[in-house]
Amino acid sequence: MTLEEFTSKIEGIFEDEKPGSLTPDTDFRNIETWSSMYALIIVAMFETDFKTTVTGDQLRKCSTVRDLYQLLPK
Amino acid sequence: MALFSVNHVSLRGVAAAVPLQKESNRNYDWITEKERTLLIKTTGVEEKRRAPEGLCTSDYCFEASKKLLHDLNWKPEEVELLIFVSQSRDYFLPATAIILQHKLGLPVTSVAFDICLGCSGFVYGMSVVANMLSSGRIKKALLLTGDVSTISVSYQDKSTYPLFGDGGTVAALEWNENVAPMYFNLQSDGSGYESIIITDGGCRNPLNAESEVMTEVEKGVIRRKKDLSLNGMDVFNFSVTRVPPNVNELLAFSGVDKSEIDFFVMHQANLLLNETVRKIIGIDAAKVPYSLKNFGNTSSASIPLTMVSEIAEALKTSKQKLLLSGFGVGLSWGSVLTETNNLVVSDLIEI
Repeated sequence: MTLEEFTSKIEGIFEDEKPGSLTPDTDFRNIETWSSMYALIIVAMFETDFKTTVTGDQLRKCSTVRDLYQLLPK
Repeated sequence: MALFSVNHVSLRGVAAAVPLQKESNRNYDWITEKERTLLIKTTGVEEKRRAPEGLCTSDYCFEASKKLLHDLNWKPEEVELLIFVSQSRDYFLPATAIILQHKLGLPVTSVAFDICLGCSGFVYGMSVVANMLSSGRIKKALLLTGDVSTISVSYQDKSTYPLFGDGGTVAALEWNENVAPMYFNLQSDGSGYESIIITDGGCRNPLNAESEVMTEVEKGVIRRKKDLSLNGMDVFNFSVTRVPPNVNELLAFSGVDKSEIDFFVMHQANLLLNETVRKIIGIDAAKVPYSLKNFGNTSSASIPLTMVSEIAEALKTSKQKLLLSGFGVGLSWGSVLTETNNLVVSDLIEI
């Protein structure tokens, strides 16, 4: 999956975000509707769609969409 | 490895009692409307039941037990084993099971004791009851499980308050020479004991003035040390990494293929977590019932309550192969594979 595809997948999680409003460098915690619930939704997405477990510690170290992309299995 | 089978025991009936008072998460005004909508969609909890002051877990278990004994046509004096699984016992001591033995009219020749477990409690309780019945010396047993959790959650803690509901249940088990074995896989990991914890009020940290102080732990989470604290991320990761292998090992051990399972009844933690576990195991959604929507997370009551509220008709009228899985506080988790035949399922009691 390319970084662009991944960015639009993350964007899809946030219902209020217009298509194209997220970039790889968006700090996802600065998205207006961000709450801790989204952290769980992102971790669940990694588990279901990418068969990858992301821990709380790993997520805390991420701030941008690009950081999240780095967690994908190589 | 705590992977074992137990012979000659059958699950004969289940009943559940919940508080009458409903509390809808649509009215949970500690968070914004947008957050509420996301919370309900993600956790799957639209409403839950809240016990009024003065009603304890044992009161719900008691009413459920009276009804189930009646529906099974069992006399209280025939029941020789009562186990109460709960983290909300009546008193610091004595054990609540013994009080219930007397209230229900069980003989003084019966065994009664408590087990202190939460979300895994129903499966653990079944394993203890089944082992004690297996030799045939004791023929009939009641397993009472549940919690009044709303007493220990802070309204200003969005990570716990909207999730938990109250309820008490009972399962009746009986010695029977001609039934398929029950298969169990039980596990524990105390390294995660802080993931779900009430720190104050036990012997380690007796209640003190500080236990009552409301403290902001993170944005949207204000609670006291005597309140429940839950690390959602840790619990999520624990559940999705531990439960699927536990279930898969159990299936392999029992020689049962997952396609043969009629219902996979999981502890009702939250919808996102449960659905992730379900997808990893690869069980058809139609086989996985949820009571989360109407009752929330009811701790050790969640599995029997789901059986009563969601799949009673199927259980009552036919033979079913059930895979039951509980996981949470401890950390503790376990699964059981059992068969039922025209299970007696009492109508849901509301008090």
